Amino acid sequence: MKRIELKESEYIVAPAKILEARMMTAQEKYFKIALEGGVSLDHEPGQFVMVSLLGIGEAPISISSSPTKRSYFELVVRNAGRVTNALHKMEAGDSLGIRGPFGRGFPVQILEGNDLLFVAGGLGVVPLRSLINFVIDNRRDFGKVHILLGCKKPADLLFANEINDWGKRLDVNFSCTVDKADPDWKGNIGLITSLIPGVNLNPKRTFAIVVGPPIMYKFVLLEILKKEIPEKQIYVSLERHMKCGIGKCGHCQIAQYYCCKDGPVFSYDQIKGNKEAL
Amino acid sequence: MQQFVVLKKENFDAFISSLAQTQKVVAPVSRGYNNFSFQEVISGKEISLKYIPTILPPKKYFLPPRETLTAYNKRENALNAILEYEKMVIFGVHTCDLAGIQCLNMVFVDKPKDINYIIRKNKIAIIGLECNDYCDEYASCCVVENHLPNGGYDLFFTDLGDAFIVHINTMLGEELVSKAAVFKPADAKTLKSLESLRQMKRSIFKDEVNVKHENLKILFDSAFESKVWEDLNKRCVACGNCTNVCPTCYCFDIIDEPNLDLNTGVRYRNWDSCQNEPFAKVAGNENFRKERSQRQRHRYMRKFKYPVDKYSRYFCTGCGRCSRTCMAKIKLKETINDLAKETK
Repeated sequence: MKRIELKESEYIVAPAKILEARMMTAQEKYFKIALEGGVSLDHEPGQFVMVSLLGIGEAPISISSSPTKRSYFELVVRNAGRVTNALHKMEAGDSLGIRGPFGRGFPVQILEGNDLLFVAGGLGVVPLRSLINFVIDNRRDFGKVHILLGCKKPADLLFANEINDWGKRLDVNFSCTVDKADPDWKGNIGLITSLIPGVNLNPKRTFAIVVGPPIMYKFVLLEILKKEIPEKQIYVSLERHMKCGIGKCGHCQIAQYYCCKDGPVFSYDQIKGNKEAL
Repeated sequence: MQQFVVLKKENFDAFISSLAQTQKVVAPVSRGYNNFSFQEVISGKEISLKYIPTILPPKKYFLPPRETLTAYNKRENALNAILEYEKMVIFGVHTCDLAGIQCLNMVFVDKPKDINYIIRKNKIAIIGLECNDYCDEYASCCVVENHLPNGGYDLFFTDLGDAFIVHINTMLGEELVSKAAVFKPADAKTLKSLESLRQMKRSIFKDEVNVKHENLKILFDSAFESKVWEDLNKRCVACGNCTNVCPTCYCFDIIDEPNLDLNTGVRYRNWDSCQNEPFAKVAGNENFRKERSQRQRHRYMRKFKYPVDKYSRYFCTGCGRCSRTCMAKIKLKETINDLAKETK
């Protein structure tokens, strides 16, 4: 058996450094990361990276920041497994490896010039934020923007300050709801589906972008279809287990699609009736 | 280039021995009753020329069960890509397994390319061996059209009794033949015998299931909600044997393995199975194929539907290994016939 070093391989990681790290909620930690040597990650909103920790492993993590921020990118990681557990112990100044960006992100070129309805449930705001902030940074290039957010309780709310700013903007229609409020909560109470009927939109020129936990899609999509937004104008981002990120290892397969390569962003039209998708 | 040459049986051992002197040769050898496996050989006498599909397909040389992808050094924050390969000749690959290698090639050459796979495959010479008759009742090579050679080899041996007629398919094959210096050009009579053997095979090999080749895909297009999967749900024990022995199953896991110094280590991939319960589980414990019925269905769809849409090719080679190895006696031919019965 011969063993040689390869100069090119899909499994080589780019060295990166954590610039900032802080807990956002009891379970979620925020990381601001830069690739070494001032290289830009150059991702599309909605793509993901494989975070590599030597001796521990790799985990697929959605990119939360807009590509308009070129000198760094942001991840929000829930402590849920071996790699994410180790990530939670890391702080500013620590080194890690990055593979990617991978996958098909949101179709920014198609969205341009149209009205947008963003619907995010729970952790769904993490990947969706990459697109929301991209749109806000290029606000003139898009039509009306509606943002609907939902989570279980006020303490779960991610990016609270930033979300507060979205709420204050005159060029964004913003609503937020929690399933269960606490005494300080001043916003809506109820499931995210309850916010959709009230949105005033023109279905012909509106694109809906929905990201949330698996259970949410069925109900939210039903409400959105009631608004008569065409199926081709509805996009979702699906979560699956990924090991390789390049459409080989099979873990993320959704019927004929590799979520890591053909997704994670799919149009509703593409996955409608696909029983493994939703 | 002479396309067909002849190797007398008495020279077979000399051919293998001379090959083995310059490089590693692997071939099917007997491993007890009705069990065979590809192993390194140094003489032709070790080889089982009449064998049923080996326990593991030659996939194990193209996509090793465990393969180092990268080696790391934590202190230096360094990770280097590694390739492990071995130059070898595989002798005696049946047409079903040649098809299996062709399927793997499609997947790993598809972009983004898997460099490890591609370099390794190019170091391996392939010598095929024709099946003159069925291996056993588990084989279904005819319905997937793999009972006759469809390329994918450097040399292809057909047993004609006292001699092999050998098809030279590549320059590498030609090189192996001319170096061995025991092959003679094929005369018209031998070529005629090959032709009549193939003719005879057409009467032996018949569609093994009640579905025609071109209708298999159509059958699976509408099989998603079938009750057949519920039946498999009750029987499957989710052991993953079927995917391990499948010549076209290539799913893998990637695992870090630190050395005892806790500083250096490797990241390797090893065979994984979609039949294992946690295969499609994500953080937070959502499992997208929780039921064995879903996982069995997925396995079948990955042979008869998804790759046909993507690569225009069935990823079942008809070798019958999954049925032969299944502890719960789930048989591919039976599953297909049950699906066909349902649609009638």
